[in-house]
Amino acid sequence: MIFLFYLLSGVALLSALMVVFSRSPINSVIHLIICFLAIAGHYILLNAQFLAVVHIIVYTGAIMVLFLFVIMLLNLNKENEPHKKLYTKLAAIISGGMLLLVLTGAVKSVALIPFNEKFDSQIGLVGNFGKILFNEFMLPFEASSVLFLSAIIGAMILGKKEKITNNE
Amino acid sequence: MTEGIPLNYFLILSTLMFFIGIYGFLTRRNLITILMSVELILNSVNINFVAFNNYLYPDRLQGHFFTLFIIAVAAAEAAVAIAIIINIYRNFKSINVEDANEMKY
Repeated sequence: MIFLFYLLSGVALLSALMVVFSRSPINSVIHLIICFLAIAGHYILLNAQFLAVVHIIVYTGAIMVLFLFVIMLLNLNKENEPHKKLYTKLAAIISGGMLLLVLTGAVKSVALIPFNEKFDSQIGLVGNFGKILFNEFMLPFEASSVLFLSAIIGAMILGKKEKITNNE
Repeated sequence: MTEGIPLNYFLILSTLMFFIGIYGFLTRRNLITILMSVELILNSVNINFVAFNNYLYPDRLQGHFFTLFIIAVAAAEAAVAIAIIINIYRNFKSINVEDANEMKY
């Protein structure tokens, strides 16, 4: 199992680095899709099967296709994006790296938790998931529908072509 | 399925991914790539939620639901952000963040 974890982590981290460093946006999107597939593998390792499937469907099936569509629509597949100056990169590395240092130091000393007795490999499947979602998490579920409605309306209003009324 | 893997490994993986996302967020100029860095950050947090759920309370699903709602919010956020990006492209003919500086001065 540890081999599978190392393999998935390596794929995820390498493709995440490629997302950040590749010049053209299309390459970034492709590498982000690979990264998300590796993360879905981690979810299956962590016994969250339904979540892995939802992650693949929503991220690689909906969000990344939307990104690709916009990149093609706006014709942005050029590699001439000017990179920021060296001191900006240095500042980013230092500020992010300090956070990384602190978090890694804190995480390394986490006490090992003994494996729980009540382990159930079927807990992440869709049957259990639905039962709890429609009992305990009914209110957040309904609230997320309102969120989606407002997101739809906001996206439509923002994306609409404005009528030019003032003659400049 | 995680018998041989300590919890720390998952936490360090998500920390590294969070750092990569922050680096991309600070150094890139392309709005779409910045949005992709934000997605990386959100996903690193999701791994944390699922890992803690699996190691601490394997008989409950609280962490899974947090992750599910984060995915939902990320989808809504991506739709609205892309609408804004298209609008910026219409007005400035570019999606470089440094070209959109009308409100800066």
